[in-house]
Amino acid sequence: MIEFRSVTKKFPDGTVAVRDFDLVIPSRKTTVFVGSSGSGKTTLLRMINRMVDPTSGSISIDGEDTSTLEPVALRRRIGYVMQNSGLLPHFKVIENVATVPILNGVPRRRAHQEALTLLDTVGLDRSLADRYPSQLSGGQQQRVGVARGLAADPNILLMDEPFGAVDPIVRAELQVELIRLQRDLDKTVVFVTHDIDEAFLLGDQVVILETGGLIAQVGSPSEIMAAPTNEFVANFIGAERGKRALSIRSTGSGDILVDSSGRAAGILVAPTAPDAE
Amino acid sequence: MNWVANNLPLILQRTGDHLAIAVPAIILSFVISIPIGWVAHHYRWSRGTVLTSIGLLYAIPSLPLFIVIPLIVGTGLRSPVNLVVGLTLYGIALMVRSTADALGSVDSNVEQSASAVGFSAWQRFWRVDLPLAGPVLLAGIRVVSVSTVSLTTVGAVIGISSLGSLFTDGFQRNITAEIYTGIVMTILVALVLDLILVMIGRALMPWIGAVSPRRAARNARAARRSGEVTA
Ligand SMILES: Nc1ncnc2c1ncn2[C@@H]1O[C@H](COP(=O)(O)OP(=O)(O)O)[C@@H](O)[C@H]1O
Ligand SMILES: [Mg+2]
Repeated sequence: MIEFRSVTKKFPDGTVAVRDFDLVIPSRKTTVFVGSSGSGKTTLLRMINRMVDPTSGSISIDGEDTSTLEPVALRRRIGYVMQNSGLLPHFKVIENVATVPILNGVPRRRAHQEALTLLDTVGLDRSLADRYPSQLSGGQQQRVGVARGLAADPNILLMDEPFGAVDPIVRAELQVELIRLQRDLDKTVVFVTHDIDEAFLLGDQVVILETGGLIAQVGSPSEIMAAPTNEFVANFIGAERGKRALSIRSTGSGDILVDSSGRAAGILVAPTAPDAE
Repeated sequence: MNWVANNLPLILQRTGDHLAIAVPAIILSFVISIPIGWVAHHYRWSRGTVLTSIGLLYAIPSLPLFIVIPLIVGTGLRSPVNLVVGLTLYGIALMVRSTADALGSVDSNVEQSASAVGFSAWQRFWRVDLPLAGPVLLAGIRVVSVSTVSLTTVGAVIGISSLGSLFTDGFQRNITAEIYTGIVMTILVALVLDLILVMIGRALMPWIGAVSPRRAARNARAARRSGEVTA
C-alpha cells in the first residue's frame, strides 16, 4: 500500500505542481492517474520513488515513510517505465533489461539469463536481445522498457505514459498485454496517462486530476462512469457526449445501442456471471 | 629524395621523439579535462568563469610558456617534460569546453530514466553520461590531437627534439628536402593519430550507426507488420 498524506510539491520557480494531496493506493491493484498535461501526474509518480521530494507532507510504502529510505536503494526496488521507453541507447536490449539486477549485484551471466526469460514474458523474440534500442520499433522499445521495469521483480511498478508515443494499434496491443501481465504478476501498478479510455481500460482505481494535483474524483471506472461527481469529471470522461452516452434504439430486427451521434455501438445482452478478476 | 633515403633512421628517430611528446600530452589533456569539464557543466554558476579562464590559456604565446614552465616545474630547459606540460595546458584549454558541451549533449530523458531505475550519481556518470558524451568528446579530442601534433614542433626552437627539429636543422644547413620532410611527416603523424582516434571511437561506441536510419525505418515497418501483431 502506498499512502500520500497531505503532500504538496512546490518547485523552486514557484510552481505548485501538487497541493495537499491525500490518497491511498491499494497493493496488487492498478491505480491510474489521469488528467490533462500539467496536472501534476508525473510529479506525483516521481514522488513515490523519490525522484522528486515533496515540499511538505509524507509518502509511505507499506507503512514506511519514504523520506527515511535511501533514494537509490528505493528506486532499485521499484520498477519505472517511461514514455519513449527511456532505454539506454548505448546498452543492447539484453543489457537494458538486466540493468537493475546488475546494479543490485546479480552476476552478469545470471542477470542476462533472467533477462532473456523476461523478453519472453513481454512477448519479444529473443533474437532481439543483441540489438540496440535504435534498431527496434517504438512498440518493441516500450516492451523492453516494461521488461526492464520488471527485472528486479519489484512489488511496485510506476508507469509514466508508457504507451503515449506509439501508434494506436500498437498501443491497444500493449494495453492488452499489460492487462495480461498484471493478471499473472500481481504488482502494485501506478499508471499515468492523459487518455481517459486507457485509464478506464487499465485501472482498478482511477484518479481524475485537475491542475495542481487536485483530485476531481477517485473510484473504479464503473463508479466514475455511473456517477461523475461534477461537471469537470463529466466533461473529462465524455459522459454527456460521444461514444460513452449510449441509448437504446429499437430496430425492426431487435434493440441496439447507439452513441450520441446515432451510430450503432453494440447490442444489449443478458449480464454474464461476474468475472473472477 | 636522396636526403630522405640517406636519413631514414634520423626521420624515424624524430618521429618517435615527436610521438613521445604529443601522445602523452593528448592523453593528459583528455583525462584532466573530464573533472574540470564536469564541474563547468554541473554547476551553472561556474560554467562562464571556468570556461572563459581556461580558454584564455590558449592565448598564452607558446615560446615564452615553454621557457617559463621549467622554472615552475623545475625541469631542465631542454627536457621534453616541459613541452608535455605546456601542450597539455593548451589541450586542456580546448578540451574543457568540449567536455562541458559533450556532457550537455546527453539526452536529459535518458539521464532521468537512468536515475529512476537506480543508478547512483557516480555510476550514472561513468556508465551513462560519459559514454553518451562520447561522440562530442571524440570530436573535441580530434581537434586537440591535430593542434598538439602541430604545436609540438615549436619545441625545436628551444632545442627539444621532434619533427620540428627537421625544419630548424634544414633552415640552418639550407637543406630544403629536410624542411619538407619535417612538414610532410608532421602532417602524416597528425593524420595517423586522427585515424587511430576515429577507430578507437568506433570500437568504444558500437551503438553509433549500429544501423542506418533507412534500415531502421525498414526494420520498424517490418516489425510492425509481422513481429508486433503476432507477438
Ligand atoms: N522541475 C520542475 N520545475 C518547475 N516546474 C515543474 C517541474 N516539473 C514540473 N513542473 C510543473 O509542475 C506542473 C505539473 O507537472 P507534471 O507533474 O509534469 O504534470 P503532468 O505529468 O501531469 O503533465 C506543471 O505546471 C509543470 O510545468
Ligand atoms: Mg507527465
